[in-house]
Amino acid sequence: MFIRTKMLLPIATVAAVAGMVALTPARADEAVKIGLILPMTGGQASTGKQIDNAVKLYMQQHGDTVAGKKVEVILKDDAAVPDNTKRLAQELIVNDKVGFIAGFGVTPAALAAAPLATQAKIPEIVMAAGTSIITERSPYIVRTSFTLAQSSTIIGDWAVKNGIKKVATLTSDYAPGNDALNFFKQNFTAGGGEIVEEVKVPLANPDFAPFLQRMKDAKPDAMFVFVPAGQGGNFMKQYAERGLDKAGIRVIGPGDVMDDDLLNGMGDAALGTVTAHLYSAAHPSAMNKEFVAAYKKAFGNRPGFMAVSGYDGIHLIYEALKKTGGKTDGDALVGAMKGMKWESPRGPISIDPETRDIVQNIYIRKVEKVDGELYNVEFATFEAVKDSGKTKK
Amino acid sequence: MTSALTNLFDGVAYGMLLFVLACGLAVTLGLMNFVNLAHGAFAMAGGYVCAVLVNQAGWPFFLGLPLAFVASAAIGAVLERLLYRHLYARSHLDQVLFSVGLVFMSVAAVDYIMGSSRIFIKLPAALEGQIDFFGVGIGRYRLMIIVICGLLTAVLQLILARTRFGSRLRAAVDDPRAASGLGINVPQVFAFTFAFGCGLAGLGGALSAEILGLDPYFPLKFMIYFLIVVTVGGSSSMTGPFLASLLLGIADVAGKYYVPKMGPFVIYTLMIVILLWRPNGLFGRTAAR
Repeated sequence: MFIRTKMLLPIATVAAVAGMVALTPARADEAVKIGLILPMTGGQASTGKQIDNAVKLYMQQHGDTVAGKKVEVILKDDAAVPDNTKRLAQELIVNDKVGFIAGFGVTPAALAAAPLATQAKIPEIVMAAGTSIITERSPYIVRTSFTLAQSSTIIGDWAVKNGIKKVATLTSDYAPGNDALNFFKQNFTAGGGEIVEEVKVPLANPDFAPFLQRMKDAKPDAMFVFVPAGQGGNFMKQYAERGLDKAGIRVIGPGDVMDDDLLNGMGDAALGTVTAHLYSAAHPSAMNKEFVAAYKKAFGNRPGFMAVSGYDGIHLIYEALKKTGGKTDGDALVGAMKGMKWESPRGPISIDPETRDIVQNIYIRKVEKVDGELYNVEFATFEAVKDSGKTKK
Repeated sequence: MTSALTNLFDGVAYGMLLFVLACGLAVTLGLMNFVNLAHGAFAMAGGYVCAVLVNQAGWPFFLGLPLAFVASAAIGAVLERLLYRHLYARSHLDQVLFSVGLVFMSVAAVDYIMGSSRIFIKLPAALEGQIDFFGVGIGRYRLMIIVICGLLTAVLQLILARTRFGSRLRAAVDDPRAASGLGINVPQVFAFTFAFGCGLAGLGGALSAEILGLDPYFPLKFMIYFLIVVTVGGSSSMTGPFLASLLLGIADVAGKYYVPKMGPFVIYTLMIVILLWRPNGLFGRTAAR
């Protein structure tokens, strides 16, 4: 009897909805659809693959039914081109009637979808893009990745406290690079540090040689580096080739450069690099060990911070659906997400109820060799770091 | 002062690399009058062949390099026979559309087969690091590039100027009709030249993986550099593109070092100035026809 009444309600709802909007085809099934828009091809494809893998892994582990509803993920490839993102988001919302849009490999992609999320009143879960302003562009945006301000301010503070006085900076000349640079500079100089050289590298940069030579000649204690994840390997190789490691110039920065995805291929030049970041595959918690093992087993390589952001993103969707009892009303869902706290493979995290941005621990890590492989080993923790890009306003 | 010399050295190495990558294009564009924008795709093919052989099959790096040349030359020869030769007589616009299409297909194919992330070729330890030469830091790898490319250039110039094949090629370019009337097999000469140019690009691709990075977008990213080399150098001889490559390499490195904010502008400014001053390139006469 109990089951029957529980079944009746959704059927009645469907019938009622079908009756009300007679001209449009009714939602025949009760599935909750999630439109996952990721760069699966192009230069950002590693981001897309990690997130897609993590979402698949989560759904394998937790089943595809939440609050009595089947969850269905529709994956679309935008190749990190914002125009595509917008078109795909629109198709997903209008044709597929998705309850969530999620993913977004780069900032412009997340921004392109923002007005659509606002208009359609559905949650936009940002699982990768890291510029501060994103969550301010729509009241329906919730982020599970990170902001560059989080790790850059922390590494700035850490550097001053640990005897690094003169720093030369090398950052890619685009929005996230500038974010990283400005937040680092702000905290580092406020603590009494000095920037002796500042170089912005063109985003599509073939050869780091001249920039690195400039760094070397500036003779800093350390160089602060932010380049997009894919260029980290090339950078570290040339850093070593030019002998900057032997000249005693350390590399510090937000952890993107030392992404777990690429770290092991960088060679021993990367040893000793200190970065601040939200996640390391070597994070010493039972939950993370299990996560890394399951991920490795399923996909044959290590999860990076993008994978964790995707894993937490889909978790957030599941939990929000549990709270609303399976209802896909956008305001109710975003309301349910605000202030949510949980234990992630990266450590304890929560969603800031005011900004809908992620609050998380930022770890200071050093590249070390563990069992013959390179890992970012965490040695200091800054707890519950908010996005200072917004709190300052 | 020492860092200025290091920069000069880096610039020369970069320029040499550009030359090996682009000289095949100088041949097809200048001598054969064919606009082959897909030139970078052959370079990429060579790079990936070398990477697969060295990283996965465990071949030594110095054996991978000639194989990169052979593989790209073979691909070039096949494509020339199957596709390119039908377009020799067509307008430049047709040739551009055709070769750009080929570029996009190569990008998608490599992305599909090899994945989109940047790959590196494992180098022997002897090529890593820098040598200190009277206080001037000299990268071993870059030194090797200069040696290989320098030798290649000399050999190329000799072939073109001194051998029978060289004179046949020059004759075929100057006047294909008269040349075939004299018994020169013009299509064969062109096919061979084309394949050789592709092979050089492949070698360049394999050499550049370490410095420029190798990913599926290589042909698009560097198309513009190749074109600059050819337009600035003019395309009537090998010397023009060679000097243009050196000039660009040094200017690019120096620009990025001394005025990092203006870095990417330097070479384009240089190109515009040179083209305004000498529209046919530094050493140009107009291409045949």
